[in-house]
Amino acid sequence: MARNHITTTINGDEYEFLCDTEQTLLDCLRDELFLTGTKEGCASGDCGACNVMLDGQLVCSCLVLGVEADGKSMETIEGMAHGEELHPLQQKFLELNGLQCGICTPGILIAAKALLERDPDPTETEIRYWLAGNLCRCTGYDKVVRSVQAAAEEMRKG
Amino acid sequence: MEFMPEFRTARPTTVAEAVAIRAAEPGSRFLAGGTDLIPNIRRGIVAPPTVIDLAGIAEMRAIESLDGGLRIGAAVTLAELANHERVRTAYVGLKQAAGGIAASTHRQVGTVGGNLCLDTRCVFYNQSEWWRRANDYCLKSKGDVCYVAPKGSHCFAAFSGDLAPAFMVLGAEVEIASKSGVRIVPLTEIYQDDGIDYLLLKPDEMIAAVRVPAPSDGFRTGYAKSHVRSAIDFPLAGVAVGLRREDEAITDLRVALTGTNSMPLAVEGTEGLTGGPPNEAMLQGLDALIAKQIQPMNSTFSPPGYRRRVVAKLTRSLILNLYRDG
Repeated sequence: MARNHITTTINGDEYEFLCDTEQTLLDCLRDELFLTGTKEGCASGDCGACNVMLDGQLVCSCLVLGVEADGKSMETIEGMAHGEELHPLQQKFLELNGLQCGICTPGILIAAKALLERDPDPTETEIRYWLAGNLCRCTGYDKVVRSVQAAAEEMRKG
Repeated sequence: MEFMPEFRTARPTTVAEAVAIRAAEPGSRFLAGGTDLIPNIRRGIVAPPTVIDLAGIAEMRAIESLDGGLRIGAAVTLAELANHERVRTAYVGLKQAAGGIAASTHRQVGTVGGNLCLDTRCVFYNQSEWWRRANDYCLKSKGDVCYVAPKGSHCFAAFSGDLAPAFMVLGAEVEIASKSGVRIVPLTEIYQDDGIDYLLLKPDEMIAAVRVPAPSDGFRTGYAKSHVRSAIDFPLAGVAVGLRREDEAITDLRVALTGTNSMPLAVEGTEGLTGGPPNEAMLQGLDALIAKQIQPMNSTFSPPGYRRRVVAKLTRSLILNLYRDG
């Protein structure tokens, strides 16, 4: 079957790739573009490890087909830091131990960034509900929530 | 988790084009948010040769005013519905149902039409291909035994969509598109209590939009559900209530349920309970109506007895809250 030619913008850069129709966006990112920062956890939309932003919306990239990304723009974890300069969320996750094994972290960071862009000052409950689609088996979530709160505070200071 | 099987995609830009493709390609499936279909394809539960991507159909993505009510396109996302100004103010039960589905990520892509057509669920069905093969498959997919009720020949997978009951108490209708045009039917008429054939849509038919009548004075709605993890899970049981209070009396009462049967259930006979306040006699009458009409089975990890108790309890508290506070 002919492969599909896809043109997208990822983290501000133009990308073109070929993919099979049945390849998910996650598979395309990892296997065709070698952007392996986005992780596969469950591949069924339960865990959120594969979260990316697609045209400004937070999605599980395992539930999106690669062909659906044609002409759209994406943000992935690779675009979060500016060179050596970490995003405040990344910095606070490091400082406050918001991660242990790290597999869920790219998805959590992308989801948390999406939350703070909508609401720079979320309550703890809002953070917990927003991140409910991101499963973590190490941290028990408390340090994740504290890291997001600390980053939000830092970002509000500007 | 298995690899995806091969399939083609079609990218129609109009409803007419979408249903024409569906009619021409047997076994094809409509794809909107993908939160239900994609995991099911990956698990080998369905294997459509063609997937019809509805994302490019602008006419299905709008919420418009219609005769004082709303016309909601089937591809409107759950987040768009829950955050819509009129829905938030005039259709509170609908807002509560839409805003409580799955987690935020899924609400941003999952759609109204997808939730209304959500595949029925069961612990013997929503499993990987190797799991189901090792168990000799089940009645709903490739097998001939229902492990929930092995002596019968009926599938008891549970309907778990949250929107359907919330729409039902509002008296919503659906626009069903097919090659022969559009027909409009009450939402309650597109379901039947069969875990396999739960939708009474013909193979080439598609829900294009939902019509919600104008809110009537004093009619209050609410939605509540029970689930294992409150921010992400499918409902073990969900309840939508609509009622009107005049002085001390309830003069209109509608109850619809999800998670208890293979279809969303508009509880019958509630009009016989109106005319007075929600006292213990009235609530016991309602308990009896519900107990008689629901049929939760061992299709989830929570036993049927628990779901029976919880659905009665949720209904009572929702009615009392709406009665007291609006």
